[in-house]
Amino acid sequence: MARAVTTNRKVLNTFIAWSIGILIFFPILWTILTSFKTEAQAISDPPVFLFFDWTLENYGVVQERSNYMRFLWNSIIIAGGSTVLGLIVAVPAAWSMAFVPSRRTKDILLWMLSTKMLPAVGVLYPIYLIFIRLGILDTRTGLVIVLMLINLPIIVWMLYTYFKEIPGEILEASRMDGASLKDEILYVLTPMAIPGIASTLLLNFILAWNEAFWTLNLTAAKAAPLTAFIASYSSPEGLFYAKLSAASTMAIAPILILGWFSQKQLVRGLTFGAVK
Amino acid sequence: MATEHSRSAARLMMAPAVILLLGWMLVPLTMTLLFSFKQYLPMRGGDLGWVGFENYVRFVGSSSFWPSIQVTLILVGGVLAITIVFGVILALLLDQPMWGQGIVRILVIAPFFVMPTVSALVWKNIFMDPVNGLFAHLWKFFGATPVEWLSQASIQSIIMIVSWQWLPFATLILLTAVQSLDSEQLEAAEMDGAPFHMRFAFIILPHLARAITIVVLIQTIFLLSIFAEIFVTTGGAFGTRTLTYLIFQRVLESQNVGLGSAGGVYAIILANIVAIFLMRIVGKNLDA
Repeated sequence: MARAVTTNRKVLNTFIAWSIGILIFFPILWTILTSFKTEAQAISDPPVFLFFDWTLENYGVVQERSNYMRFLWNSIIIAGGSTVLGLIVAVPAAWSMAFVPSRRTKDILLWMLSTKMLPAVGVLYPIYLIFIRLGILDTRTGLVIVLMLINLPIIVWMLYTYFKEIPGEILEASRMDGASLKDEILYVLTPMAIPGIASTLLLNFILAWNEAFWTLNLTAAKAAPLTAFIASYSSPEGLFYAKLSAASTMAIAPILILGWFSQKQLVRGLTFGAVK
Repeated sequence: MATEHSRSAARLMMAPAVILLLGWMLVPLTMTLLFSFKQYLPMRGGDLGWVGFENYVRFVGSSSFWPSIQVTLILVGGVLAITIVFGVILALLLDQPMWGQGIVRILVIAPFFVMPTVSALVWKNIFMDPVNGLFAHLWKFFGATPVEWLSQASIQSIIMIVSWQWLPFATLILLTAVQSLDSEQLEAAEMDGAPFHMRFAFIILPHLARAITIVVLIQTIFLLSIFAEIFVTTGGAFGTRTLTYLIFQRVLESQNVGLGSAGGVYAIILANIVAIFLMRIVGKNLDA
């Protein structure tokens, strides 16, 4: 039985937890607020918190000057493409490992995981060289392939842990009822697998969106996604806080929203099922 | 249940993933290994032949090697310490009854979803800038001299930025573990008069041990290859050149591929030492 909690204690908990929560969230909040200020207000001392002339100007400037939409589009193609491609390769693999396990299944899973541990910088030049030879340096195709490969182990693992939870008895029952293999896959397994596949898609889209080693090192002007676009603000000219904030807000907003939906999957996906 | 037919079908279904990952692992790794035994300067003559272990000796012998190892250890150790300590505290706090728990969770988790270049640049400019940053305003308000964070306290600043990014991850995993704690055991201990620090040391902490180990191992693997946060803040200056960053500079900036590849092999070995421990835990979990 749960303990009765005094209201005082609950008020105190609420106060402390909210304070810490807001403190941790503050840099994001401040960035969003700054994006609506003028450049002068953005650096004013003392800082202005809420009472300033809200403006959308920065968003317009960022889009106009740097063609923000192109970077956004690159991010969407690269993150989306690598995730979908990864799922196409991983679903059959995870499927067969979960439903037709063999003695080697465990070893294969662990080996796949070990490829994820390979430090990217250790293979930077070979990849760079291969990309030049294949003519895919600074192309979206190249990045889709690399990000698909680096996330493939996580995709396989997540799908495997989800598929594992589909009870085998249901399959047997449907077989007894005379379902063909096609029916079995289409009407029994797929509906149960969809939530797991969706969660995997979501988390890997986020990971690919935020990936900042290969996207920085393998792109220049053409295929640069938002990570690289934001990095270009590291050597700015003139006042740029409000513009940096506007660009940042646009780059993180969609992912923050998606991320909040994927809290639970985050634990499962990044601990490889070791914590559920 | 599995027939011979379904087994071969299963192998066929696995093939694309296995072949792709095998290629992804073997091809670049073999190349790195080959380059590491060569004098290879793409901008100054290209492949100049085999040099044996010279690159390995030179990489370790260079004056930037040991400092880079030191910086790497401080960065990884610092971030781990901060995220674990605060992660445990936050997890215990978030597990308490309160109003608006869901919203607090969302606020705490948010930094994890911010792309590394954004969080590094926002911290660098809007918070840590010695003239216009929020911290500078705050310091001046209290009559103190603003700190030049990323040059005077560079490694501490980067630890702080990275900890902010990874605290949500640690908190979330530890919270999952806290929530599986048997509350009856805790109540019994409380009724027997065990004060909080005793309950924490003898019930809560042992229960969290496994989750903490997992957080340490997974974060270590990701933290060893921290790149963007350094790339856009200090560019490896002011004593923030980690092993990863040193290799990056050798390979792409000074275009000494042989030397950089030898460094890469060291980094791969280092990551594998950590990985072995992680795999053991994950592997055990698969059996269960």
